[in-house]
Amino acid sequence: MAYEKALPQPTPETQEFWDGLKRHELRIQRCQDCDQFYFFPRPFCPAEGCRSLNVEWETVSGKGKLHTYVISERGFGPWADDAPYVIAVVELDEGPRMLTNLVGVEPDPKQLPADLPLEIFYDDVTDEVTLPKFQPVS
Amino acid sequence: MSRNSQEYSHKVAIVGASETETVGKLPDRSMLQLHAESAILALADAGLTIDDVDGVATAGPTPAQLTEYLNIIPRWIDGTAVGGGSFLMHVGHAVAAIQAGYCDVVLVTHGESGRSGVGVGGRGAAPSTIAGQFETPYGTWGPPSMFSVPIVRHMHEYGTTEEQMAEIAVATRKWAELNPRAMMRDPITVDDVLNSRLIAWPLHLLNCCLVTDGGGALVLVGEERAKDFPKDPVWVLGRGEAAAHTLISQMRDMTEWTAAVQTGKDAFEMAGMTHQDIQHAMFYDAFTHVPMYALEALGFVKPGEGGPYFAEGHTAPGGDFPMNTNGGGLSYTHTGMYGMFAIMESVTQLRGEAGARQIEDLHTSMVHAPAGMFSGTSTLILGND
Repeated sequence: MAYEKALPQPTPETQEFWDGLKRHELRIQRCQDCDQFYFFPRPFCPAEGCRSLNVEWETVSGKGKLHTYVISERGFGPWADDAPYVIAVVELDEGPRMLTNLVGVEPDPKQLPADLPLEIFYDDVTDEVTLPKFQPVS
Repeated sequence: MSRNSQEYSHKVAIVGASETETVGKLPDRSMLQLHAESAILALADAGLTIDDVDGVATAGPTPAQLTEYLNIIPRWIDGTAVGGGSFLMHVGHAVAAIQAGYCDVVLVTHGESGRSGVGVGGRGAAPSTIAGQFETPYGTWGPPSMFSVPIVRHMHEYGTTEEQMAEIAVATRKWAELNPRAMMRDPITVDDVLNSRLIAWPLHLLNCCLVTDGGGALVLVGEERAKDFPKDPVWVLGRGEAAAHTLISQMRDMTEWTAAVQTGKDAFEMAGMTHQDIQHAMFYDAFTHVPMYALEALGFVKPGEGGPYFAEGHTAPGGDFPMNTNGGGLSYTHTGMYGMFAIMESVTQLRGEAGARQIEDLHTSMVHAPAGMFSGTSTLILGND
């Protein structure tokens, strides 16, 4: 069955992020001057006081922690059958935070304490797109 | 703030203000019609007409769509459109524009067919935008699924409870009971809030604002003319504005509204005031936790003390810090970009026109509203002395 949910359309500065996911690698950028990782992809370091143009892509661990989340009790359109589902912010071990969905866990606050250790799950939603979802560390 | 912002304080006043004749469900009016209706009423409130306006600011439609509809060619326009707090920013910008001589009479309008959707364009992020790439693919579907994301972190760090946030809805409903124009006027309890259906845990239905139709408009002039109108002027004493991010995942600290810290400081500095000087507050309540974050970020309580503060009743009728006295976005009305109604209630209170909910001996009011979902904010301090 065709995937009907919204899909990202990469742009020049984000292409490597999405290409990496397709290969099941989480690729984010790191400033070569201040050493900090950051997300979302941009051609310069967004860190206050740095703003360096000297940035490189690196493959990171795919490990992180559950920073915060909501449990959506409603799902619209193609999400109707998914509710309740978890919309979460994961804090990667390398520092940056990103929005994601949790998989492999009940959408129940009792199962989802803050800072729960998570690992990436590469969700190949179409032939072209892999979304970075996260699951509790097994 | 840089370079003597205090010189701009108490130099520009709101001399006309009106909402649309009614708010709530208005399927017989288009979005632009709501702008025009509130504009005509606000100008009439000041004894003026559309022909007197030479400055226009709005969000929703572009300024050109509004000037086309009103059939005027103003000398100054402002189309800052960053969400519910845009109108607070327009007021701040108008203070500078009027003093710079760019224009003399500024009209700020809001109108939104948020419930009925008459004459409204489409929504949703294109797939190549930042939100389309890094937010929408995860099933976000509107403010309840995004504005709510930081709450769990606040609960985790500070022990903030669902009961405390429910108290915010209860206190605000008590004000709505005193406002005959409010959509929701039946008393509610903490249990009612916690037992209302879940929308996006920890948000229940009664933690969420209404969805309505309506509009409002303001007329501002400089001090030379401010006392020449039928109603006493409401002075702009302080302002602050900031924009930070659009993605909720990029909020710098999930427990602190960082942009609001800045806009509060700027507004206090311009007004030459401190927290003790503020007698009344309109802190935009799209959801119950939003005024809680604002209260902490603006420095009225320490970080983490917001939940207990609301639960103690300070903001309810009879409390020592009356807040959202029209019934708020939670119980009065919420068209989508509610900030105009927050300003409107401050003006109504400062004019002494608030009827059963009037705060006695009132001279100052603070208005605060988000730009987007914790993305930025704007703060105004208004006064009638």
